[in-house]
Amino acid sequence: MLGKTAGGLFWMFRYLERCENTARLIDAGWRIALTRLGDGDNEWESIINTAGIRDLYEQKYDNFDAAHAINFLLRDTDNPSSVLSSIGVARSNARLVRTALSAEVWEAVNEYWMTMKAALARPVSDRNLPKVLHEIRSQTAVVRGTLAGTMLRNDIYNFCRLGTFLERADNTARILDVKYYVLLPSASFVGSSMDNTQWENILRSVSAERAFGWLHGGDISAPAVADFLILDKRMPRSLAFCNEKIRGNLEHLQQDYGPRQPCQDFADAICAKFTGRHVDDVFEDGLHEFLEASIRDNTMLASHIENDFRFNG
Amino acid sequence: MDTQSKFFDEMFGGADTPRSPYSRYFDWFESEDPKELRKKSLEAEAFFRRIGITFNVYGQKGADERLIPFDIVPRIISAREWQRLEKGIEQRVRAINAFLHDIYHRQEIVRAGRLPQALIARNVAFEPKMIGVNPPGGVYTHIVGTDLVRTGEDEFYVLEDNARTPSGVSYMLENRETMLQMFPELFTKLKVRPVSSYPQSLRRSLSDCAPPAFDGDKPVIAVLTPGIHNSAYFEHAFLADQMGAELVEAHDLRIIDGRVAMRTTRGFTPIDVIYRRIDDEYLDPLNFKPDSMLGVPGILDVYKSGGITIANAPGTGIADDKALYSYMPDIVEFYTGEKAILQNVPTWRCSEPDSLKYVLDNLADLVVKEVHGSGGYGMLVGPAASKRELARFEKKLRARPGAYIAQPTLALSTVPIMTKKGLAPRHVDLRPFVLVSPQKVRITPGGLTRVALKEGSLVVNSSQGGGTKDTWVLGD
Repeated sequence: MLGKTAGGLFWMFRYLERCENTARLIDAGWRIALTRLGDGDNEWESIINTAGIRDLYEQKYDNFDAAHAINFLLRDTDNPSSVLSSIGVARSNARLVRTALSAEVWEAVNEYWMTMKAALARPVSDRNLPKVLHEIRSQTAVVRGTLAGTMLRNDIYNFCRLGTFLERADNTARILDVKYYVLLPSASFVGSSMDNTQWENILRSVSAERAFGWLHGGDISAPAVADFLILDKRMPRSLAFCNEKIRGNLEHLQQDYGPRQPCQDFADAICAKFTGRHVDDVFEDGLHEFLEASIRDNTMLASHIENDFRFNG
Repeated sequence: MDTQSKFFDEMFGGADTPRSPYSRYFDWFESEDPKELRKKSLEAEAFFRRIGITFNVYGQKGADERLIPFDIVPRIISAREWQRLEKGIEQRVRAINAFLHDIYHRQEIVRAGRLPQALIARNVAFEPKMIGVNPPGGVYTHIVGTDLVRTGEDEFYVLEDNARTPSGVSYMLENRETMLQMFPELFTKLKVRPVSSYPQSLRRSLSDCAPPAFDGDKPVIAVLTPGIHNSAYFEHAFLADQMGAELVEAHDLRIIDGRVAMRTTRGFTPIDVIYRRIDDEYLDPLNFKPDSMLGVPGILDVYKSGGITIANAPGTGIADDKALYSYMPDIVEFYTGEKAILQNVPTWRCSEPDSLKYVLDNLADLVVKEVHGSGGYGMLVGPAASKRELARFEKKLRARPGAYIAQPTLALSTVPIMTKKGLAPRHVDLRPFVLVSPQKVRITPGGLTRVALKEGSLVVNSSQGGGTKDTWVLGD
């Protein structure tokens, strides 16, 4: 396979994952806004923070009005991570690597893009927002389903999965970090009802409120949620889960290609940071520091993979 | 529909009943509900969009990807008609390859006084770096798209020999795929010769021309594309996919140990045959256009030393040069010893003073083409032009007569398309696709029928509002 093709697959799936995560964030913010009694738009501020696009946002707007934030996250092409930008990049990468995709996967991505281009041609009204968010989730599910159902389990598949899990790990770490960072200034919040709402919000933004409920009942506490999203290997969006998947896909590539690559050592080292770890230790050492290091590791790992498999020459 | 027209209609031929190749189709058509058929047209469009069969239009901001409109009424050619076309095309393509070999070697045709020396020596499409070079397998034009037009029952003309990088074959294949999906019952009623083996034939033809340096059991083939923004990118990806070749851009390639190698996830792998979809001048910045970002520096030297096959060979553009076009009947005769089976359109070379005078006097009746133009850009259709356009073109002609040729406005045949008001005749042309290997010339039965969708229009180019039709060659 061409290095360029591997890179195209990797980025295609990173951007598809990003689309979905952005939609989840909007959904979480929207629900909170609907159920909140007080005023102020600080929920949208923290969501813009989480998406890592605050600087870009502030170049355009001087407040965190819901309509602005939603528009910016959904369809503003000045925002490279907006749903519309992301699906555009994903689809353009899919065109680039078309020869490596099954017809079903290509058509699913192409249809996703056509649907979104039409749905996001104009600002989305409050009334239509739930429908649009639902459409994003279901179109993503179709792409994921065609990938699972029609693609060979070979190197092509591995590069798709690497993109997916690197992006997802990055996203989960950011969500946790920003939330915690927002809460940090007033230590008195910890354990308060305000604090619980924030943690609930986190669970919602990764569609994990029900899974969490199964495991922990109604007991939403900071350590329980952090443990769930960082260390629980059963949870498909946790850092430990994503990193194991990355390691597994790299191993599969090694079985196929032969030589062991530097990125594998790096991935192993990352996984070691999660194994046998207790969430109390993470809090002890500082959750923020832990997450920051995790995001950094992730970026490094991506660039190792890029080099080892010659994405760019 | 109005069957009394000065143009030959391929379905009705001026009568009320269809010509024989169309009779079965017409029976079927008459028995169908027109409303349902129109619905099928919309279905076809949705199908094309979903598959992503689009092309990019140059010079139009915002409108980046467009569909070529597809008409659901097929163009049908009888077995007898096709036999003659096939023979004529094969003869012409063989002559073109012999001609290319000759002008890059001994130039016998010039020595024999059949072709003016200046037409070669001063032609920008002539590539001096190809002099004395022997392409692997002796093939210059692996892929040719011969543009044909029809004016009557037995009158076919060659309009252009596309010997560089003819495009459109993906539409031929997808059009058929679409028709098979929409009207499967039609294919049980009529024996239509299949076109689906084209990608395998292309692969075989290219493999048969592997370079001397090839030493594996299966040549590695790659399609070289200018990239995702090229108007024909869909086709490049489609062909690579269908024949199991890699789709590469210049930045994926590097020259290592006298071979052209592609950067893969495992390292660099040599390529044996490159089907390039970029023009000569961009192919090699060291040997041609120095600022080309699309090419591979030094690829021509690898080619000359037998390290790679380039299809089509560099320098083949001279064969479809419009300045040479008018000599084609002589060229065919010179190399095959036979009269040309397919006719040329009468052509005035504006470089000759008498011809120029005639062209200027009759500008309003003629089609004037730029010698090096393509895609319908920069041409004048006299009968359709305004006084101002004519005057402007006259100036251009006087300033650079050598840059133009002129032809009579051909009475292009029509084939009906499906409109809101039912069948309506529209002008068409035909581009059959020809594959050349050292052993064999393979012509896919049919080709791409382009149709001018605007009533009365004679311009079929997709960049100028043309559409396409599926082309059926009948089996008996």
